[in-house]
Amino acid sequence: MNQSAIRIRAVMRKEFQEYRRNRFIIYTMGTLPLIFTALPVISLFSISNTASPSLVRTQVAITLLLLLVIPVVLPATIAAYSVIGERDQGTLEPLLTTPISREEFLLGKSLAATIPTVGVAYVFFIVLVVAIRIGASSVVAHAVWQPSWFLAELLFAPLLAAWSVWVGTAISARSSDVRVAQQLGTLASLPALVLPLLMSLQVFKPTATVAVVIAVALAVIDVGAWRIVAKMFDRERLITGASAVTMRAEAGT
Amino acid sequence: MRHESAVAKRQWFARRRIGFGVRPTTWQGWLITAIAVAGAVGALVGVKKTTGDVLFVGVVGLYLALAYRLGGTKKLVDATARGAESDNEHALENGVAKVSVPPAMYGSQSPREIAEAIMSHTGKFADAPEDAVTSDSVIVVNHLTKQFGQRVAFEDVSFSVRRGEVFGFLGPNGAGKTSTVRTLSTLVTPTSGTAEVAGIALAGKHDIEIRQRIAVMTEVPGLYLRLSVTENLVFFAGLYGYRDAQPRIDRALEAVNLTSRASDLCGNLSKGLRQRVGLARALLNDPEIVFLDEPTAGLDPVASLEVHNLIIALRDKGVTVFLTTHRLDEAEKLCDRVAILNTTLRTVGRIDELRQRMFQKSILVATSAPLANPEGLFASIESVASWSIDDTGGYVLTVSDVRVAAPAITRALVAAGADVLSLAEGHHSLEEVYLELVGAAGKGGTQ
Repeated sequence: MNQSAIRIRAVMRKEFQEYRRNRFIIYTMGTLPLIFTALPVISLFSISNTASPSLVRTQVAITLLLLLVIPVVLPATIAAYSVIGERDQGTLEPLLTTPISREEFLLGKSLAATIPTVGVAYVFFIVLVVAIRIGASSVVAHAVWQPSWFLAELLFAPLLAAWSVWVGTAISARSSDVRVAQQLGTLASLPALVLPLLMSLQVFKPTATVAVVIAVALAVIDVGAWRIVAKMFDRERLITGASAVTMRAEAGT
Repeated sequence: MRHESAVAKRQWFARRRIGFGVRPTTWQGWLITAIAVAGAVGALVGVKKTTGDVLFVGVVGLYLALAYRLGGTKKLVDATARGAESDNEHALENGVAKVSVPPAMYGSQSPREIAEAIMSHTGKFADAPEDAVTSDSVIVVNHLTKQFGQRVAFEDVSFSVRRGEVFGFLGPNGAGKTSTVRTLSTLVTPTSGTAEVAGIALAGKHDIEIRQRIAVMTEVPGLYLRLSVTENLVFFAGLYGYRDAQPRIDRALEAVNLTSRASDLCGNLSKGLRQRVGLARALLNDPEIVFLDEPTAGLDPVASLEVHNLIIALRDKGVTVFLTTHRLDEAEKLCDRVAILNTTLRTVGRIDELRQRMFQKSILVATSAPLANPEGLFASIESVASWSIDDTGGYVLTVSDVRVAAPAITRALVAAGADVLSLAEGHHSLEEVYLELVGAAGKGGTQ
């Protein structure tokens, strides 16, 4: 393992330790997905084998939309806290005096927000599909157990989560107040819901090819977002509250 | 070597097993996992419901059996047993096999070694002056200025710090001390001027190399209060790129006398103890230069004394300490040289040199009763330039050479029938030097 990987891992490990010690984060991570899974399960279980195919398709699409909301909304708040939170508790300056680069720091932070979120999303997806397999009518089970839905969840959950995390981190790196950052972070992550919404509205059908193409596009956007957010991360601004570039311009040098 | 890595791998398994011991971390493990997942999903998606469910259970069961076989609690027993059987290269320590692996694998090179290795491979520091690394100065600052917009934090500051000295950086609040430390520790970019830290030019592209060689302890230690002392140090050791940092952490904790509190949450520690954790953190990377920003601010006298002893211990180890403080007694006690800053640098030098430079030599005379004719008496002594009476009624005589003047003054006083209570060389404290330099202007400045 090279030094860069060690640094990224150190940031992730520290974040996980902090999550574990802060029960509020754990409860938040569990409650929202629980609601988003329980409600559609009840709805789908009430559909009998004689229900019309269009009703089944609509209900299933809404259910899977709700499951893709989890990786979008859940990490936004955590990511929005990531940088401004460090500054607020006075830990950012000591951290930035170590040899960690901004790319390593941001990647560690974002992975720490993404991994548990995606894990939670996958777990609830599995719980849901297994429950449907066991308890729902065979028409519902057949509609849910489609390879394209599995592929969509498998690919989109981490990519949408990563997008949400980068938006939250960008806001966190430029904010001056934790509460503002968290509110803006959640709001700014919402546009990412357009993709699952279009799927659930049957604007396009998530065939395997479509899922892979969209996933590649999302992956490119995520990598681009990482580079942009890294550029936005201004050590001087975070420590002193003023940007080095702006100050040089104002000082006329 | 192969056996060593096998034992290490099992140790890794043993430490990180999750759930009921399933952890397929080898590439074979991942392959089996992928096949199992594909098989299970395929069974459920593609086959009729009942047959698919039976296949699903079969595939998952087979996978769990294989995964358990590959790694898990069973291997922990194997590893410990093999460790016990092994030769002295694999000595057991607390029931855990200790494996002899070259230090490089654990990333335990000193920051200097790492930086030099990078230099030899990439020539990254080719533009740094050759003599900067080998010379006696570890910090060289030339006409450095930092402005925040129109606000000047410090201006045209030039000084150098020698290897292994405790360098005091004094000044009133808002004088630019913290901004200077932040600039030298690469947190903020100077507006103009140049500097070298640990022999490396202060420029954006060298920031990481500089940060490998230095440590900064900010006024507020900045610890993660929900983490334990050890967890905080493990995190920071990771940021320095150390993989197996426990020996370093143990040494750092021992240095600050915190070994017994290693597992305490930082949130439960007193301010003094947190400051010591901050110091332990600063020792993790064996820095060449330690920047300490007000390290005793808010500490009680006992805790302050402990910090002072640590600073002295650092100096004894050859570490250069850049101490920012406005506690003049602290600077006088600890610093080899001081610089006094009030937006611009007022002076730099040894404290006794500053005294000599700024104040004329004097002799203080105390008598049991006022002299009848002090003017006539002191004017008759050749080596006395002038005299005055201080607040306590004693006489302050300005002299050119104390060694010549003192016997002459004594003789003259005795001859005049004066009862001399004391006769001593005048001593000017650092506080007087400081006030002389900063004075009322101390209220100005920005930071």
